[in-house]
Amino acid sequence: MSDMASAAQSKEIASRLALKVRANEPASTAPAKETAVRFEISNLDFFYGQKQAVYGLNLKIPKNKVTALIGPSGCGKSTFLRTLNRMNEMFHNTRVVGQILLDGQDILQMDVVKLRRRVGMVFQRPNPFPKSIYDNVAYGLRINGYKGRLDDLVEHSLRRAALWEEVKDYLQKSAFALSGGQQQRLCIARALAVDPEVLLLDEPCSALDPVTTAKIEELMFHLKDSCTMAIVTHNMQQAARASDYTAFMLDGKLIEHSETPRLFTTPTDARTEAYITGRFG
Amino acid sequence: MERHFERDLEELKQRLLWMGGLVERAVHQAVHAVLDADEQLAEAVLSEEDAINEMQIEIDERVQRLLALQAPMAADLRFLLASSRINGDLERIGDQAVNIAQSAMRVLRHPQVKPYVDLPRMSELAEGMVRDSLNALVRGDQELAQSVMQRDDQVDRLRDQMFRELLTYMMENSSVVFSAFELVLVAKNLERIGDHATNIAEDVIYFVAGRDVRHPALDRR
Amino acid sequence: MSQMMEDMRLRWRKSLNIVMLTLTGVAAFAVVSVLFLILGYLIYNGGKSLNWDFFTKLPKPVGETGGGMANAIVGSLKLLFLAAIMGLPVGLLAGVYLAEFGGKTFSFVTRYTTDLLNGVPSIVMGIFAYALVVLPVKHFSTLAGGVALAIMVIPITVRSTEEFLRAIPGNMREGAMALGASKWKTIATVILPAASGGIMTGMLLSLARVAGETAPLLFTAFSNRYWSSGWEQPIASLPVMIYTYAIAPYDDWHRQAWAAGLVLLGLVLLANLGCRLVLNRRGAYRGV
Repeated sequence: MSDMASAAQSKEIASRLALKVRANEPASTAPAKETAVRFEISNLDFFYGQKQAVYGLNLKIPKNKVTALIGPSGCGKSTFLRTLNRMNEMFHNTRVVGQILLDGQDILQMDVVKLRRRVGMVFQRPNPFPKSIYDNVAYGLRINGYKGRLDDLVEHSLRRAALWEEVKDYLQKSAFALSGGQQQRLCIARALAVDPEVLLLDEPCSALDPVTTAKIEELMFHLKDSCTMAIVTHNMQQAARASDYTAFMLDGKLIEHSETPRLFTTPTDARTEAYITGRFG
Repeated sequence: MERHFERDLEELKQRLLWMGGLVERAVHQAVHAVLDADEQLAEAVLSEEDAINEMQIEIDERVQRLLALQAPMAADLRFLLASSRINGDLERIGDQAVNIAQSAMRVLRHPQVKPYVDLPRMSELAEGMVRDSLNALVRGDQELAQSVMQRDDQVDRLRDQMFRELLTYMMENSSVVFSAFELVLVAKNLERIGDHATNIAEDVIYFVAGRDVRHPALDRR
Repeated sequence: MSQMMEDMRLRWRKSLNIVMLTLTGVAAFAVVSVLFLILGYLIYNGGKSLNWDFFTKLPKPVGETGGGMANAIVGSLKLLFLAAIMGLPVGLLAGVYLAEFGGKTFSFVTRYTTDLLNGVPSIVMGIFAYALVVLPVKHFSTLAGGVALAIMVIPITVRSTEEFLRAIPGNMREGAMALGASKWKTIATVILPAASGGIMTGMLLSLARVAGETAPLLFTAFSNRYWSSGWEQPIASLPVMIYTYAIAPYDDWHRQAWAAGLVLLGLVLLANLGCRLVLNRRGAYRGV
C-alpha cells in the first residue's frame, strides 16, 4: 500500500521534473532563428567625390526587427543609412558601388519615388512642414497622387505613431505648435502614412528629452509588427534597449554585427569592446 | 584621459582582493587551529567574521552603484556581474572557515584521533585554489582559472579518502567518534571551499572571455 | 601690491566698458533722431498743406493756388503695379534658381551680376529704359517707367528670395524628398510656402524702395499735368512731382511738394506695415 503510494509519488515527481526540463529547454537552448531578410547589402562602397565613406559593407537587415547602427561620429553610419533610400543622391558627386537588394530587388535600378514610398525616413531633428498637422500627415499621400478619402488614413497614421489622442482636436493647427517629441512623432506618422515596409531613423531622439525618447522607443517596439526598422544612434543605451540586432561601424567599415544582447555583453572584436565600454581611442 | 569609472572598477577589484585576503587568512587560521591545536587561532577566525560580512555588503553596494550609475557594457558589465558573484562566494568561504574554526574548538577538547596527513594537503590545495582564483582575476588569466577548476577533482578525491579513513577509525573505536565526526565536517567544509574557488574561477573566465563554463552539460549556443 | 594692480585693471576695464556702452548708445540715438527729424519736419511742413483736395484734384495751372496731385498718386500706383508684375516674378524665379538649383559657375555669374545691377545708379537705369522703350516708339509712356522700375526691383527681389530660401533648414527639403517628392514639388509645396513670409517682405521692401525713385522716371514716364489713361501716355508720379514742384519758384508749389513727400512716405510706411501684418499672420510657421 505504502509502496504503491510512494511509487505513484515518485512517478509524479519524475513527470514533473520531465516537464520542467522540457519547459526549460526552449528558453535556454533557443537556436539562432533564421529570420526573413528585408534588405541585403553586399560589397557596398560609397563615395563623396574622391572621398570614400563606406568600404565593402555586407549586411542583412531582417524583416520586422529593429537593426541599430552604432559607431563614432563620422564612421559612415548615417551615410550608409541614407544609401538605403538613396537620400544621398541629393548631394552632387556621390557614387554607390555594390548591391542593395530590397526584398530581392536592386534598389539602384528602382524608380526613386517608388523606393522612397517603400522606405520611409525620420530625421535627427523633427522637420515638420510649415503646414497643419493634418496636411503634414496627408503630404506623402497627396504628392503620390492618392485620390481616396484622406481622413481615415491620416487618423490611422497618427494612431500608429501614438499621437492621435494628443492632436485629434487640433488637426488644423500648425505643426509647429507641437512640442519637440510630438513633432518627431508627427514626422513618424507622416512617414507611416504611405505605409512603408521599412522605416529608417537617423538619430531620431538626439534632440529629445528622456521621457519623449522612451515614448519613441516604445513606439518602435510596437511598429515592429508592421515595419522593419533601421536606426542610427549615438546613444548606446538606446541601441541596447530598442534594437534586436546591432551593427558597429568604424571608419566606413562594418566591424561587428550580431544580436544586440550578445554584442553588448560579449563583443568579439576588440574595437567594438573599446567603443561600447567608452575606452575608445 | 583616464575615466573615473575605471578608477572605480580598479577600487572595486582592490576591495575584492582585500576581502579575498581576509578570507584566505581565515581558512588558513581555522585549519591550523585544528592542525596545531591552537584555540586562539580559532577565536581569531570567529572575531574576523564580522569584518568579512561588512566587506561583502560594501562590495555589493559598490557593484550596485556602478551598475546603476554607469550602465556598463561588455567587459565592464561582465566584470561587475562576476564581482557580484565572486563576492558571494568569498563570503561563503568565510562561513566555511568559521565552521572549521568551530569544529576545531570542539575537536580540541578531545585527544587527537590520528596524525594529520591528508588534512594539511587538502587545506593547502583548497587555500591554493582560493589564492589562484583571485590571482586569475587580477591578471585576467584564463589558464590559471582553468587549472583551479581542474584541481577541484583532487580536493574531492582527498575528501573521499579522508571520509573512508575516518569511517574506519570510527568503526574500530567508538570513543573517537566525536572528534572523527568533527574532522569529517572539516573535510566537508574544505571541499566546499574548493567548490567556491571553482565558482570564482568560472566567473573569471566569464569576465575575461565572455564564456559561461559553469555547466558544460547544458548545451547552450 | 599685485592686489592693487588687479584692482586698477578691474577699474580700467569697468570704465572702458561704460565708455563703449555710451558710445554705441549715442550712435543709436543719432540714427533715431535723424529719422525723427526728417519725419517731424515732413509732417510739420507737409501736414500744413495737406487737405482733401490734394487727394482728389488735379494740379492747378501756374499762378492759381490750390489743386492737388490725385493724378500723381494714381500714377505712382500704376507704375508700381507695372514694376511688380514685370519685376517680381523674374526676381522670384531667379532667386529660386540661385538657392535651389544653381550650378557653380553660372550661379556665381548670376549672383555677381545681380549685385552689380543693384549698384547701378538709378539714373542709368532710366537711360537704359529710355533707349529700350522710349526711343523705338518716340514718346514717353507709363510702360517705359514701369520697365525702368521693374529692372530695379529685380536684383533686390532675387537676393532677398535667395537669402530667405537658404534660411529654410535643409532637413525640410530632406523630409519632403524622403516621402518621394520631386525637387520641384518639394520647392513648390514645402520650401516656398515656408519662406513665403520672408519672400513677401523682400518684395514689398523692393517696391517701397523704387516707389521713391525719381531719376529713372524722368526719361521714361516723364510727367503729366492731367490724367493719363492706358499705358501709352506719359504719367505723373509723386517723386517727379516733388522734384518739379520743389525747384519751382512758387511758394504754393513748395507747400504742395512737402505734402507730396508726406504722402509718399505714408505709402511706403503703409507697405511696411502691410508686410509686418502678413508676417505676423504667418508667424506660427516661422522658426524651426
